[in-house]
This record gives sequence, structure tokens and C-alpha cells, in this order.
Amino acid sequence: MIIDLPSTTTSQLNKKLVEIREQGGQVALGRVLTLVIVADDDDRLEEAIEAANEASREHPSRVIVVAKGARTAAPRIDGQIRVGGDAGASEVIVLRLYGPLASQGQSAVVPLLLPDAPIVTWWPGTGPKAPAKDPLGELAQRRITDSAAEKAPIRALTTRAKSYVEGDTDLAWTRLTRWRAQLVSALDLPPYEKVTGATVTGEADSPSTELLAGWLAEYLKVPVKRVKSSGAAGIISVTLDRRSGPVELHRPDGRVGTLTQPGQPTRRIALQRRDNKDCLIEELRRLDPDEVYEASLNGLGKISTGTAKPAPAKKAAPAAKKAAPAAKKAPASKTAKSAS
Amino acid sequence: MTRAWNNPLRDPRDKRLPRIAGPSSLVIFGVTGDLARKKLMPAIYDLAHRGLLPAGFSLVGFARRDWEHQDFGELVHDSVKEHARTPFKESVWNRLAEGIRFVQGTFDDDDAFDRLAQTVKDLDAERGTGGNTAFYLSIPPSAFPVVTKQLARSGLADASEDTWRRVVIEKPFGRDLKSAKELNEIVNDVFPEESVFRIDHYLGKETVQNLLALRFANQLFEPIWNANYVDHVQITMAEDIGLGGRAGYYDGIGAARDVIQNHLLQLLALTAMEEPVSFAPRALRAEKVKVLSATKPLGPLDETTARGQYAGGWQGGMKVPGLLQEGGFAKDSTTETYAAVTLEVQNRRWAGVPFYLRTGKRLGRRVTEIAVVFKRAPHLPFDSTSTEELGQNALVIRVQPDEGITLRFGSKVPGTTMEVRDVTMDFGYGHAFTESSPEAYERLILDVLLGEPSLFPVNEEVELSWEILDPILDHWAKKGAPEAYPPGSWGPPSADEMLERTGRNWRRP
Repeated sequence: MIIDLPSTTTSQLNKKLVEIREQGGQVALGRVLTLVIVADDDDRLEEAIEAANEASREHPSRVIVVAKGARTAAPRIDGQIRVGGDAGASEVIVLRLYGPLASQGQSAVVPLLLPDAPIVTWWPGTGPKAPAKDPLGELAQRRITDSAAEKAPIRALTTRAKSYVEGDTDLAWTRLTRWRAQLVSALDLPPYEKVTGATVTGEADSPSTELLAGWLAEYLKVPVKRVKSSGAAGIISVTLDRRSGPVELHRPDGRVGTLTQPGQPTRRIALQRRDNKDCLIEELRRLDPDEVYEASLNGLGKISTGTAKPAPAKKAAPAAKKAAPAAKKAPASKTAKSAS
Repeated sequence: MTRAWNNPLRDPRDKRLPRIAGPSSLVIFGVTGDLARKKLMPAIYDLAHRGLLPAGFSLVGFARRDWEHQDFGELVHDSVKEHARTPFKESVWNRLAEGIRFVQGTFDDDDAFDRLAQTVKDLDAERGTGGNTAFYLSIPPSAFPVVTKQLARSGLADASEDTWRRVVIEKPFGRDLKSAKELNEIVNDVFPEESVFRIDHYLGKETVQNLLALRFANQLFEPIWNANYVDHVQITMAEDIGLGGRAGYYDGIGAARDVIQNHLLQLLALTAMEEPVSFAPRALRAEKVKVLSATKPLGPLDETTARGQYAGGWQGGMKVPGLLQEGGFAKDSTTETYAAVTLEVQNRRWAGVPFYLRTGKRLGRRVTEIAVVFKRAPHLPFDSTSTEELGQNALVIRVQPDEGITLRFGSKVPGTTMEVRDVTMDFGYGHAFTESSPEAYERLILDVLLGEPSLFPVNEEVELSWEILDPILDHWAKKGAPEAYPPGSWGPPSADEMLERTGRNWRRP
């Protein structure tokens, strides 16, 4: 059910919500959190709402969408309430804000928050440089940005790294989980040797690749080379050097990974890129600060960069030229593509 | 991964990382059975889809059919497509399919087991299963001796120092204390107790694990979780289906052995146990063993137990046969399809609180729940007329379906008079939400591969459960035929009388 309330106020919206519950017998499920989605009012908006609805099957929540419309229009809120089949296991409140209201989202959101339940703010597209300082980020326990969706992904990531506050997180980090899980389990197996160096290859403007390198640098405490490739999208390969030979996880096609380890047969792993729904579900699963993410942001400064040979396909340890570790390559901003 | 090696990438704070099992393979005996098709194989796919299986994970089927690897692969494919919880993804399936093998043979065929041993060895070399193998015995217990012997003979059961062998067995764990001990001996003869995983799929359910969270993570419930406040506890597992086609398994076993001995007593143990010192498997088991050893049937058994057998009739718009008319059952079968027992937990916390356990087939609907019913308020400062409709407070843990928790309490009816009536407060895991919460088998298979035994009952628990149930079964054995009850009802009249004697009633779930 979709109910439109053009030119409305939050108290009218609240009243309508109660009314729907009483009339339609819409059972109030135990909602576990309020998810605030902040985005521009464009065609990508529905995609984000869709992902949130899917995620609500695991995390029943109230979703408040703050869609920023034309800044030049007269101030107005167009409200819309979606419940039942149109909202997954959640209830969705869409607030289209026009004019000066567009930058005063928090004033419209606060009256609609669930009592007591935690608040998560998600910017599926362009987000603030310092999420915790943003008025809509300020109210949340957890702030989810997506560097990969920015115009200059790497710059966005490094800027946010500087303003990191506990509770910040980024979908570029979430997309890494499977890679990290595979690498961790690979090191669980013999031979138990120290890793002496690491190389991470990936698309030039893939923030996930940067984070993966940062994570390795921080935890392994060895030099990590970041190789930029112009070939496939997202992360392409990771090599961990050890005395007996490298552990290599290689994913040229964005779907299937190959894990090679000395003394072990080559293994193929389904390592498909994760969609936003999956990532959001994982994000909502935990609401406490992510210390490991913080550590990986720290690690960003410890990476050395190199440029790729077009296809580092077979050979382990692709040749990489050293560059100053501090150099932050923010490549020419093209259309940003989500990368994992 | 033990000893001196400290994986530098592991961080206990890293809660995102899924628990991926180490390299391993799983051998399933009885792959063509219902359980394997509907639960095990879909669960394995779902695990793969969630990225929780190790790279190179391999699945070996063993059965009598004259099949090639592809035929078996097709069976797995079809059952995954039909029953898996997560969407079917070609790329996930292809990785899984690469590791699927089939070995044809019967249990007494030495040659077949040698081939199985070779297959497992080849898989290790080809795909790197690390020499770790779990055996899932989805077969009747009568076949255990020969299969375990074959596994030992062919060397499959031998683990070297840094590899493991685990064996998974399903209920029934015997039919009384004596046979349970025999069975345990047979299995333990080949596999040491720490590598035996007894599946009780109820323990893999989120709601059951949530029972521990509810009790031990909250301040609200534990203070009233004792005989001072609790009047009695009802644990119900009802099914609306009959036993058509299951005679071979069920005739002579009956509801009590099939369900009470394992599922319901485990639920009782989790409901009644003391707080474990930690959630380490050993600590958890210690508490369960303690509470089970304090649990005794309450007599006289004539008055405190009930058993029934469903008759033919109409159920939910369908004409259904009675048990005696179901194919395969003896015309004079005394197998009970409904069983209710009264137990007491003899310790300070629970003294005087009866635990009523009931289970049955062809009952009103399919439901499993634990209802903790509280005493009435000692004094009601209302007119007697205003609380006529007030029942007892109750906390109900709905295990399935519609997983969640219900709290029942009195509330004023709107109006000018003071009238108090029962209302309920609901926590649902959400109606749509269940489809995303993992299936019990997923969790349990993963735990087997990880070697995490918390959710599996040990030998001692099984034997204690039989000790509780044996006197009741002996008593029933002398009683002849069980009482008939109409299909779609909530059991025989004697079950209602059993509670009415003490002024209580079964909850209608």
C-alpha cells in the first residue's frame, strides 16, 4: 500500500502512520532500527529503497528516505508512506524536501524516529565529507557511506579516513568481507610462515582495493604494494609473499576467484561481487564501532603504489614500481562504478 | 592454526568475518533419502552461497543406485533448486558441482568402501580437502554397525595428527537406555566421543538459541524463572501430518521415543538449566547434564501421562485414515502417535513445578513452543467480577512456525468499568524475516565442519534422557492399546484429564 501525502508535515505523517496501524491492522512488528536514507531525488533513489526493503527481511526497520529535491523551489515536504507488500518487512516513509528544507532534513526526520531504537544513516550516492558532522549523520549511531559511488572514489575515501569517528563505515569496506575471509582462512593453513610482503592489484579508482591494501598493511606490518590495473573492475588479485611461496587469490572476471598456495592444489572460489542489498544486510547486522575498519583506514597511509601491467594474469607478484607512500592517487574522476 | 601459529590477520574484534570451515569434505550415506534431498543438500548449497564453505569443499554421495557422478550431481542440483533457501546462482553452483562425487555400493560391499576411500583420497589431492572428512550417516541405526566397521576397515576412519574425522548421526539414538548404550558403543568403537555429532535439528533453530539469550542476557526474566513465580511449564511439539509411508521407521517406536526423548527433553534442559559459567561447549553441556539428571517422571504414571493414537476422520477438509489403516502398520499396532508426560526437575529452582511435555501427529496444527505459565497474582485488589476473564501470565517461546516470543498479561478493557482481560505482547522474528534466518541444518552442518560441538547432545545426555523416559515406556508397554483421538484435535481426553486433575489446562497453541 502506498499513500501519498503531498505538501504535508511530519505530524500529519505520524498521525497517518497510527491511523494505518489501527485501521488496516498492520501489525507493528518488532522493528529493530530506523534506517535513514539520504539521497538526491533521482532515479537511483528507488534502487536504494529496494535494497533497504530487501534488507528489512533480516532487519525489520522503519525506513525514512530523505530525498532532496530542487533547492530553488518553495519550501515543501511531499510525504509518502509505503507499508505491506510495497515495503518488505518494514515501513517506508519517503520525504521529498524542496527549497531551503532540502538542507534541513534532520528537522523532518527527528519526529519520525522510532523510540529508543538505534538509528543508521545511509548515503547510497554522494555523501558528506565528514559523515559524523552532517546533521543527519549526527543523530545516527552508525553512518554508512559508499565511496565507490562518489565521483572521485579514492579522494572521498581518504577524506573520510581523516574525519573518521567511531560508527563510520563504508560499503567499499563491506564489499571486501569475502576477500578478507578467504585470505584469513588461507593463513590458517600450514605452512605457518610469516608473510614478508603483499601486493594488491585492482582498478585504479576502486576504494575497496585501497582498503584491502590498507588492512593488509596494518595487520601484517609488511610493505604492501598497491598496483593499479586498467583491466577488470574492482579488486583483481592479492598476493601474500611467504618463504615457501606466495599465497595468491586472483579474480580476473569479477566472479570466480582462484586461490593458489604452495603445497595445496589450486582452488576455485565463488567470489562474485556483492550487491548493495547484501552489503546493507551485513552493515545492519552490527551497530558497534568497527575497529578493524578504523585500523584499515590507518593502513591507507602505509601503502606504496605502483602502476600495473595491463594483465597480471598468471604470474604471481606483478612487477610494480615504487612510489612515495604518501602519494594519494586520485585518478581523473570518471563515472564512478561500484567496485568490490 | 593451533600452537605457536598466530594468524596475523585474525582479530577477535573483526565480527564481520564469517566463520568459514577449514578444508574438508563431507560424505553422505543415504543420499537418496528424504532428509538428504530436502534438508542436507539444500543446506550445503546455502552455506556455499553464503560463502561459508572452504575453497575446495567436496561432497561425496554413497548409495546403492547405479549412478555416475553426473547423475548424483543432477540429484543435488534438483534438490537445491527446489528446496534451497537462498536464490540459485550459477557461479556458486558450478564451484560446488566441481567437488561432487558419487560412489555406488551397498554397505556390506568391501570393494565399494575401498573405492570410497580412494575417492576421498583423490579429492584431497585434486581439490585440497586437507584430509579432513565428515561422515553423515543418514541411514537407519541398524546399519550403523556395518558402516562404522567398513569405515574402520577401509582406513577411512583413521585420522592423522593434524587432520580430523567426524561422524554425524541422526535420531533415533536407540529405543531405550540399553540399546542407546549399545549404539553408542558401536559408534565410539570407531569414532571417539568428541568426534561424534548427534544432530538434533531443533537445537540449530534460531529461536532455541535465542532462549539462551532471552534468559541469560536479560535482567527481566531470570529473577522470575523459578518455582516462586512459575506455576508450570508446557512444552509442545505438534504436527498436523500423519504417518503414511513412515511405518517402517515409526511402528513400534512411537511419539515418545521419536520426539520426547530427544527434542522435547533438550528443550526442557535449555529452559530449566542453570546459567552456564560460559558458552563454551563443555560448560553448556555440564549444565544440561545437571538438569537432566535432576529430571524425573512424576507419578502415578496412570494419572500423569497420556498416550493416544489418531483415528480416521476429517481433518482440515480432507478425509484421512487412522493409524491402523495407514499402510505398513499392524492392524493391532499399539504404537502411540500422541504422548504426554509430566516431569519434575528435582532441584531448588524448580521444586513443585510440573513440566508437561506433549507431542503428537495429526493434531490441530503444526507448532512447537515452550510456554512458561506463571502463578496468579497472590492478591487481586479488584472486584471479583472484574478479573473473571483474567488468566495466568505466560511467556511463550514460539519455536516454529512464526518464530518469536509472546508475553500474555492482563489489561484493562476500555470502558467505564474496571474489567481486566488477557492480552498478548508479541515479538516476532518477523513474518518475512524467517526466510532469511538460516535453516537449522545449515548451522549444524557448519558446526560439524568447524568442530564446534555446543549444539550437539553428548552421549551422557542421550543416556540420561532414556533414564527419564524408560519407566514411562515400561509402564505403557503393559497397558495395551492407546486411546484413540480424532484427527485435527489436540489429543485424547486422557491428556486433558491429566492436567485437569491439578486444576490446569493445556494451552491451545
